[in-house]
Amino acid sequence: MPYKHRIAQRAAQEIEAGQIINLGIGIPTLIMDYLPPGQQVFVHAENGIWGMGPRAAAGHEDPDLIDAGAAYTTVVPGAAFFDSLMSFAIIRSGRIDLAFLGALQIAQNGDLANWIIPGKMTPGIGGGMELAQKARKVVVLTTHVAKSGQAKILKSCSLPLTAPGCVALIITDLAVIEVTATGLCLKELAAGVSVAEVIAKTEADLQIPAGELPRF
Amino acid sequence: MGSSKIFSVGEACRSIVDGATVLVGGFGQPGTPNSLIRQLLAQGTKQLTLVKNDASEPGLGISTLIEAGRVDRLIASHVGLNPLAVALMNEGRLKIDIYPQGILAEKIRAGGAGLGGILTDIGLHLDSSLAAQLVEIGGIRYKVEPALRGNVALIHAERADEMGNLVFAKTAYNFNPVMAMAADLVIVETAEIVPPGAIGPDHVHLPGAFVDRLVLIEEFGPEYGVLKHHALQT
Repeated sequence: MPYKHRIAQRAAQEIEAGQIINLGIGIPTLIMDYLPPGQQVFVHAENGIWGMGPRAAAGHEDPDLIDAGAAYTTVVPGAAFFDSLMSFAIIRSGRIDLAFLGALQIAQNGDLANWIIPGKMTPGIGGGMELAQKARKVVVLTTHVAKSGQAKILKSCSLPLTAPGCVALIITDLAVIEVTATGLCLKELAAGVSVAEVIAKTEADLQIPAGELPRF
Repeated sequence: MGSSKIFSVGEACRSIVDGATVLVGGFGQPGTPNSLIRQLLAQGTKQLTLVKNDASEPGLGISTLIEAGRVDRLIASHVGLNPLAVALMNEGRLKIDIYPQGILAEKIRAGGAGLGGILTDIGLHLDSSLAAQLVEIGGIRYKVEPALRGNVALIHAERADEMGNLVFAKTAYNFNPVMAMAADLVIVETAEIVPPGAIGPDHVHLPGAFVDRLVLIEEFGPEYGVLKHHALQT
């Protein structure tokens, strides 16, 4: 299984029945393929959907129905459409139980940076800042290191923050790491990955529990 | 009830002057008023300040105005799907102000609701918040975000009645109603204009009180259709 799908599959296990979730652009959108069967989960999309379904099948796209990343999508029975004011009232009032976001950098205190590399890349804030600050739980899905090979999980972020201290859990192609009050704690390892490799590719301090770690 | 709100696209957009601040509906392509934007391009209007959720994508929506050098400033929330706009910004040829999406919407709503601004705790950590006025309520710090208005709003609706009452489709709803609240002149393109009463009063998404001019879309170009690069491949 490609690493992005393995991350998404592991991330889906964080979802509980009846929750309202939001999926950021990139790896998080793949979670749609791994939603727990038989459990009602309500997927919110910033552009005005509560009750988003899977991506539209080829040939069945509706030009007026996209997800927040511009891909053609569908809705499930019981869905609602609304305007941008309503969409962000849902977010800022704390009604999103779980937000899955991408990352450029994550710090060991839970700081998240994912909206700008000044002078180089400006995807923009979009809904990310309000989701990061107001969702009840923020899970970051990312490659463990950047394409350049630089660490993404750091002692402190050098890029402008999306939100301070917002991340609860980090799921990467190598590991699952929890953000605790005392710092980062390694919880799980991807298949074939060693503790030493995770430590080598993480700049932040990492607490390693004693004993065998679960695999995903 | 006054004279008709129905205009040709040329008549509707003629009074948009150089230097105007123009609020534009749409999130990606859905809800983007492509016909009105095409008219602005054709009539040569320039030095525009545009307010839209995103910068559209190259060759589409407001990117056609940006690429033609008609836009001095863009106020948006996400520009990641338009590398041309980002390149112009990095070259200093286009000023882009970025706001959190829902805060952009609320600033505009305040402008459209007779309010001076909003109080928010989003993004207090940003450098751009350093100059903001702070207010403390119930022990929580908020910054003041001033209201935002435009001279003109360009809106796309699925359906309108002759009174200007509007209905939006699915995710083409997005920023359209709030943009229509906050401009001195509100121009709406729509696929269908029906007689008064054909849209039930409790099915109206935006009351016609906010709408000045209605334009029937004459030509649905490919920009209104399915964009293959956002669809699953067969």
